[in-house]
Amino acid sequence: MSAPVTESGKLMTFPRGGIHPPEQKITQDQPIQACPLPQEAVVLLAQHIGAPAELQVKVGDQVKVGTLIGKAPGLISANIHSPVSGKVKKIEPRTDASGYPKTAVLITVDGDEWEDSVHESKDFPWNGRPLKRDIQASPEEIRTALANGGIVGMGGAAFPTNVKYMVPPGKTPEYLIINGVECEPYLTADHRVMLELADEVMVGTEILRIALGVEKAIIGIEANKPDALSLMEKKAQDYPNISVQGLVVKYPQGAEKQLVRAITGREVPSGKLPLDVGCVVNNVGTAQAAYLAVQYNRPFIDRVLTVTGTGLSNPGNFLVRLGTPIQQVIELAGGLPEGTGKIILGGPMMGKATGSLDTPVAKGTSGILLLDQKQAKRAAVQPCIRCSRCVGVCPMGLEPYILSELARQNRYSEAESRGIMDCVECGSCSYTCPSHRDLVDWIRYGKARIMANRRKGKA
Amino acid sequence: MSSSFVVSLSPHVRTKDSVSSVMWTVVIAMVPAILAGLWAFGISAALVLGLSTAACVLSEWFITVVMLKKPNRLADGSAVVTGLLLGMNLPAGTPLWQVLSGAVFAIGVGKMVFGGLGHNPFNPALVGRAFMLTSFPADMTAWPAPNLFRWNLLQFGGASRYTATLGADAVSGPTALGLVAEGAAHTEGLSAIQGLPGHLDLFLGTIPGSMGEISALAILVGGVFLLAKKIISWESPIFFLAGLSVFTGLFWILDPSRYADPLYHILAGGAMLGAWFMVTDMVTSPMTPRGRMIFAGSAGLLTGAIRLFGAFPEGASYAILIMNSFVPIIDRYIRPTRFGSKQADLSRKGR
Repeated sequence: MSAPVTESGKLMTFPRGGIHPPEQKITQDQPIQACPLPQEAVVLLAQHIGAPAELQVKVGDQVKVGTLIGKAPGLISANIHSPVSGKVKKIEPRTDASGYPKTAVLITVDGDEWEDSVHESKDFPWNGRPLKRDIQASPEEIRTALANGGIVGMGGAAFPTNVKYMVPPGKTPEYLIINGVECEPYLTADHRVMLELADEVMVGTEILRIALGVEKAIIGIEANKPDALSLMEKKAQDYPNISVQGLVVKYPQGAEKQLVRAITGREVPSGKLPLDVGCVVNNVGTAQAAYLAVQYNRPFIDRVLTVTGTGLSNPGNFLVRLGTPIQQVIELAGGLPEGTGKIILGGPMMGKATGSLDTPVAKGTSGILLLDQKQAKRAAVQPCIRCSRCVGVCPMGLEPYILSELARQNRYSEAESRGIMDCVECGSCSYTCPSHRDLVDWIRYGKARIMANRRKGKA
Repeated sequence: MSSSFVVSLSPHVRTKDSVSSVMWTVVIAMVPAILAGLWAFGISAALVLGLSTAACVLSEWFITVVMLKKPNRLADGSAVVTGLLLGMNLPAGTPLWQVLSGAVFAIGVGKMVFGGLGHNPFNPALVGRAFMLTSFPADMTAWPAPNLFRWNLLQFGGASRYTATLGADAVSGPTALGLVAEGAAHTEGLSAIQGLPGHLDLFLGTIPGSMGEISALAILVGGVFLLAKKIISWESPIFFLAGLSVFTGLFWILDPSRYADPLYHILAGGAMLGAWFMVTDMVTSPMTPRGRMIFAGSAGLLTGAIRLFGAFPEGASYAILIMNSFVPIIDRYIRPTRFGSKQADLSRKGR
């Protein structure tokens, strides 16, 4: 079976809702540059969804690149490895993107010494890391390598990757879907990874496909990345089980459920996972990280991220060691512009604002976006004029205008019966509202309260 | 330093649209119909339109700032939209004190008593018109024939019916729908009616009628502009006109000598203004496309029913007001289809 590429250029998409914010992909032509090592790395023990890793080092310990410094205590967690070499200086709480203080290991960097087991992966493809195309590992070995390497989803949510490939009995996976959509405005990290690390993404996809035990892997890429789309199609010709699907440009196509719908036509039922319709979704960056973890035994120690914003003099895409304070990465992109009003980790639609330049880069940091003071200011909230745009753009078929109001009035059971828990928090409703209402803010609040009540009910 | 950054939840970017940009776009869309009205009725039309708009704006300001002591929000433009729409729904030459009372009623009772912008269940301009039609039925159905230079001073005094002031060379004419209703009642049917305007007259607007209603062409230009700007959705105007066509078409097929054809009904009276500027009012129409289809389609059917069998020859505004009252119940039962609400269909194959 030869891989069908996008014959006749037919693009697919999800049918319901969605928006078209200005794309602002100003860094799409900037090649990935390596960010210099920080003087001090701040390595958080919780860079993923799930339980924080358990501390494995103490103050004064010498660590190398790849040394395990945090061990996953259970299934839904992830190992944390030292991204630098040097001496553990301090262990203290540091504020992360969530705004909460989390335990962090501060490492004073000294040279760049790598653990012997990972030393082989030190180089980058552009200075000679050879492509290891042969996949020897069994599905079980792949899962173990992903877990050992602390690989988590790189699209933003940072869900432990190995868990996605443990198929519970009764579920039949059919497709692996690799997410090269990058529908967030401004961000171009996945785009550059596909262009510059195409072979590694391909082998990584193949590795994940084998781990899942399916015949078919499909890489979805939006049509605003024609160079990546055609390059991946070309590469896919050498991989009979991988095909590439071009997608119409529409936000939030990179959301799991929307992507599955766009590519397979299947709708994940309310409260279920893509696996319930036979699909597993991972990001292209995750596929590349999986390649390194399985073929080179290299743990998750660095990532590509976009540093962008219209005020920056040198916005670009950078390969950054985890734990590097964002200030240093921003310096590389030309320094913090005068009048910066907001610093966002991730994209403008779903990223998290941070108040501190000391915030370290973590596994889920797909970009750093700087907005000026004018862009950072929210317009005053006006009365709802029932224009129905929020209903029209909601990709989940919800009624944001009513959900936000029910949540505000603490009417949780009504909100639940109207599907508030289905909300993916893509923010399309708030984006499109001409009255600038805080629709998704209230929906988030409602969801959080409902979750808290559920936990209380169980306890 | 670090405290100077804004920390708030996503999304961090928003549309450039605002309530006022939406409202002012509607105002721009009304310009062709306003110009057609001014061209046809001249100074008297300008007086009615100007007063209606000014009175709506001022009463909103008075109620918000003076009575409620709240910050004024006139900049959102919604009062201007109401004022213009009310004015367009009136015959040129309506006594100005009547216009004033209608405008105050539209904003006061139609909008502000419910809590102002976004909270009114009924279209305020139509509330004002219904109030005037009930209170001043004679003046509200005295339609001057188009004449750019004729206007009458008594419009200021409003002492009597407009028609009575016109003297011997009466230029007042019945509306097309009035004639059509006469024809339906006449033993010989429509053919017995003198001076029935043709389709083209209706389309271009060389007929007696409310100043904003006479030219279907001018309204259509504004309506298409609103569609292109995505301020209105297509379901509302199309289903309204379809509902009207179905009802009037049925009777026309049964007896064409007695009933006018559906196209005539679309072009005559307030159907076009209703379809593009009233049924489409976002505050008073349902939130889902299917809801709007039901809402607008029913309003169209009702308009036909009132026109053919009601006491008034025109029914668009009452039909829309009646359907406005059904909007909450439509929104209660007509919901968007939720993602994943159907049984997972595993037969579909990914590529």
